Amino acid sequence: MEKRVGMEASIAVAEAAGLCDPDAIAAYPITPQTHIVEHLSELVADGVVDAEFVPVESEHSAISVCCGTSAAGARTFTATSSQGLALMHEILFIVPALRLPIVMTVANRTLSGPISIWNDHSDIMAERDIGWVQIFAENGQEALDLTIWAFRLAEDKRVSLPVIVNFDGFILTHMIEPMMMPDREMVQKFLPPFEPLQRLDVDHPITMGPVGIPSIFTETKKAHQEVLTNSLGPIVETLEEFSKHFKRSYKPVETYQADDAEVLLLTMGSLGETAMTAVDMRRKKGDKVGLVRLRLWRPFPFADLVRAIGNVKVLGVIDRAVSVGGPPGPVCSEVKSAFYNRPAQPQIASFVIGLGGRDVPIDDYDAIFDELLAINKGAAVREPVIVGLRE
Amino acid sequence: MAQSATPKWTELAPGTAIIEPGSARQNRTGDWRSQRPVWDHDKCLRCGVCVIFCPEGCIHFGQEKDGYPSADLEYCKGCGICAHECPSACIAMADEEE
Repeated sequence: MEKRVGMEASIAVAEAAGLCDPDAIAAYPITPQTHIVEHLSELVADGVVDAEFVPVESEHSAISVCCGTSAAGARTFTATSSQGLALMHEILFIVPALRLPIVMTVANRTLSGPISIWNDHSDIMAERDIGWVQIFAENGQEALDLTIWAFRLAEDKRVSLPVIVNFDGFILTHMIEPMMMPDREMVQKFLPPFEPLQRLDVDHPITMGPVGIPSIFTETKKAHQEVLTNSLGPIVETLEEFSKHFKRSYKPVETYQADDAEVLLLTMGSLGETAMTAVDMRRKKGDKVGLVRLRLWRPFPFADLVRAIGNVKVLGVIDRAVSVGGPPGPVCSEVKSAFYNRPAQPQIASFVIGLGGRDVPIDDYDAIFDELLAINKGAAVREPVIVGLRE
Repeated sequence: MAQSATPKWTELAPGTAIIEPGSARQNRTGDWRSQRPVWDHDKCLRCGVCVIFCPEGCIHFGQEKDGYPSADLEYCKGCGICAHECPSACIAMADEEE
């Protein structure tokens, strides 16, 4: 059964992780992820969750402990943010290379400097290539739901890869919202007991993480690329399975008012919620604007994305991070690559927005839609635009 | 069955794990050697320090008569740690012939 609760999203994520009956949790507190691990440590201390909680001295240790517990066959959870995620960096690549199905929540926060505790997607963009499944939640309910789903996908033997659930720091983590909270029985029906693909076992010894000599290394990368790319099938399948159990449906790419749209705007994460309101306002004025919400970041859903854009001539892509000296929007860069070498492409305009906690009001979307509609009438696509910049 | 040294990517175990215990034995590391340990049985105390310190675990009692230790040359890399550690300095490192 599910119960309607009013709850801070961080607490809901901790409750959801607890409902999944993890065996091991190793984490270090960092703003804005802190409430998640604080609450989980309380749940463990109170005996509600029967897990080993390892209060480590750094995030590097947190993810290293997680590697060990997961390799031993324990269902493992951790959470971090920003500098903490960056401190995990070198170990993050090793986790999927060992096929360890760890689930990690990332409360997205920018990276210093200058020092900032506020939200954008810089932290996860710097970890784009670690080889984990990476998905974005748009609100607290999604963060809760995707946490439960993440264990199911990670532990699917066709996948056996770690999963990051991203949700925007403060904007979502510290938001109190009404949510449907499932009970333990429902979660247990959806999430079978963890049976690892392989584990460290003295009775059946294996070596995990041996040296990848030059004659092996290329083949290991190909194997990783294949299993992560092919996880798209199980991702869609397990999300459908989730919706059967919990009556809430998620897809790698979702659209809003896109069917008859002349211009489309693509967002990832919590911005999608405000953008839908902005679309509604423009629709009332008669402007045929629509929205594409990219939920799955890795594996990148190329085919789903191209299908969602369809024959629309103008696409705006919003980025909440900057690849300095580069495209500069990492999401836009990826979206463009989805269309290159295809017979037809939309004109693609890049917008960088909401950096380091800068608020993104409806007016910003209005200005973006104005620009996209102008492009549709023949105006040139400008160089990537930083929205709201004081000049 | 032994794992291939040059597997196709489809032949790798998940996570490139080595699923056959003890398979390091297939690597005949003795090929690396440029020097070999030679025991002077007049000085050797048969104390076993060389056996304990050998990083390859390739020095054993039992192969040599009268209970003297000897190195398994299929695996001895010629590192010389046994010669360095020997309390009676009875091990000499002799050059391998080219």
